[in-house]
Amino acid sequence: MRIFIVKRLLLGILVLFGVITVTFVLVRIIPSDPAAQWVGPRATVAQIEAARMELGLNDSVFVQYADFISDLMRGDLGKSIRTHQPVMKELKTFLPATLELVWISTFFGVFIGLYLGVLSAQRKDQWVDHLCRFFSVATVSIPSFWVGLLLQSVFYGHFDILPLGERLSMNVKLFNEIPDITGMLLFDSLITGNTVVFFDALKHLILPGFVMALFPIGLVARMTRSALLEILNEDYIVAARSYGLPERIIMWSYALKNSLGPTATVVTLAIGFTLVNTFLVESIFSWPGIGNYIASAIVSLDYPAIMGVTIFSAVSYVFLNLVADLVIALDPRVRI
Amino acid sequence: MENYFEIKNLQVNYRTYEGEKSVLNIERIVLEKGKTFGLVGESGAGKSILAQTILGVLPRPPGVIKGGSIFFNGEDLLLKSEKNMRKIRGKKIAMIFQDPMSTLNPVFTVGTQIVRVIRQNQGVNKKEAIKRAIEKIELVKIPDAEGIMDAYPHELSGGQRQRIIIAMALSCDAELLIADEPTRNLDVTIQAGILKLLSKLQKELHVTVLFIANNLGLVSATCDNLAMLHDGKIIEMGTTNEVLYNPQHPYTRAFIEAMPKDREHDCHLKRIFANSNPKEQFSGCQNVSLCLEKEDKCNLSVPVLKLYSGTHYVACHMA
Repeated sequence: MRIFIVKRLLLGILVLFGVITVTFVLVRIIPSDPAAQWVGPRATVAQIEAARMELGLNDSVFVQYADFISDLMRGDLGKSIRTHQPVMKELKTFLPATLELVWISTFFGVFIGLYLGVLSAQRKDQWVDHLCRFFSVATVSIPSFWVGLLLQSVFYGHFDILPLGERLSMNVKLFNEIPDITGMLLFDSLITGNTVVFFDALKHLILPGFVMALFPIGLVARMTRSALLEILNEDYIVAARSYGLPERIIMWSYALKNSLGPTATVVTLAIGFTLVNTFLVESIFSWPGIGNYIASAIVSLDYPAIMGVTIFSAVSYVFLNLVADLVIALDPRVRI
Repeated sequence: MENYFEIKNLQVNYRTYEGEKSVLNIERIVLEKGKTFGLVGESGAGKSILAQTILGVLPRPPGVIKGGSIFFNGEDLLLKSEKNMRKIRGKKIAMIFQDPMSTLNPVFTVGTQIVRVIRQNQGVNKKEAIKRAIEKIELVKIPDAEGIMDAYPHELSGGQRQRIIIAMALSCDAELLIADEPTRNLDVTIQAGILKLLSKLQKELHVTVLFIANNLGLVSATCDNLAMLHDGKIIEMGTTNEVLYNPQHPYTRAFIEAMPKDREHDCHLKRIFANSNPKEQFSGCQNVSLCLEKEDKCNLSVPVLKLYSGTHYVACHMA
């Protein structure tokens, strides 16, 4: 087990290395002039040249790459060309908002998805099943920005019961002390007992969280349903029934544990997708997170920022895959 | 006197793309308390369907129970609700399945599975259930019962798994055991061990056993009474001696002759009638095309089970 984890971590570092190299090369192939961006629109030729020296853009690509890697080892991702702030510092500011959104939507996505999957396997070919299947196909195929806009127009535009976007209302921001421990507002306000901030943050989280949860719900529900249907035909399920075990235990314990493998793989894929999905959802809901951050970084070809976010996503994917493998190893037949 | 266990006019159909076809049509089976009843037939004769119908775990669809009744202690099992059937399954009637490789849940330890069955059926706490589980494992003669409790099914051999399944079936103190080809996937030496264990347990615990097999050798060694099942119908029934030593139905005779005996003189397997295609509808005896002893009347009507002598019943126009 321990050897497996160490092996996978080493492999993960290799993957990261590859991702960094490819992104590094790609960013440099795209025709642009970061030095000109760095000094602003009204800079003289001499200023641009000076900036180019400062950013090390005159060195060969290999020297730049070596510099980048050695900076990275020290935890330095360079300075954002757009804002002139260290990328690491900016990531730390924007990341918690995104993580809050991703965790909450995945958590609900997975549990609602599992429940729907079990429900539809239990009532195969009945109307509940058809409804669940329709729902899961819909959630996977309808683009999230469309759902986001629709929900905004209904709940903000028509009923005016939920906020349009951002993490907190203006008056809450002005008149309350906003706790900052982990940066995740719900958690921070909960442990400091700040109910005003907590409920306001919760209200702001509902719509973007729901939009982001749709994809995992659909994916997990479909996967769980098909895995369960296959398992429910197994001899040990018939045997369990014939020993008088109630359907509840058979479904939620005997069958579900056997279907965990495919479901776990899909869940990690879904979290990965959710991370990418923040890109759209955060833009629509003006959520000050990593998706919004990289959207503006890409538009202005802010390559240190792009690299920073890429490395973060790659690290998350490697980590999530490791978690999936560990979940699959709950099956005693899998030896790791 | 009321019979302990009796099947009357049971009819089970299967839904196919060409409509419903009869797969089981049993006029009468009676099990005596404390005895072993053998049900013999080829693959596809309907043996497992019968077992699943008795326990109420027949997948429906495609199965459809058309009519008849299964009396157990005077109550008709087919009229019981799913909730009441669950009180019978495990507690009163338990089943030993044919494939020990796939009957245990692969992701739980053997102990967890037996303990759960015991807690469900006996309503005792966990500690007591563990104690009883260990007793049952010792009863089926597996050494190191406590160690086995923590083993996963894939860590056990086929014979050990089948013993665990027997322990599980016994762990609810059921009075009727349905053994559906319990030795089918085991090799011969382990078969012998399992059979010995089953008949020993049957004598010690006074359970009634419905023993389903496709091997006459196994049945003759363990069963008091015997029924031959062919094409979903009982074609001959009686005590083991009556059926095996005085077979009246041509199919039974062919079945007995098909047993490999002396390898030097008998190296060709005898041909026996296959199960007919359930899609074909025919007014006469199902076996008429392959039977060597047929007469004109065999084409006209389906033979019914009738008394031949003593307790010996045969369904053949010629008997």
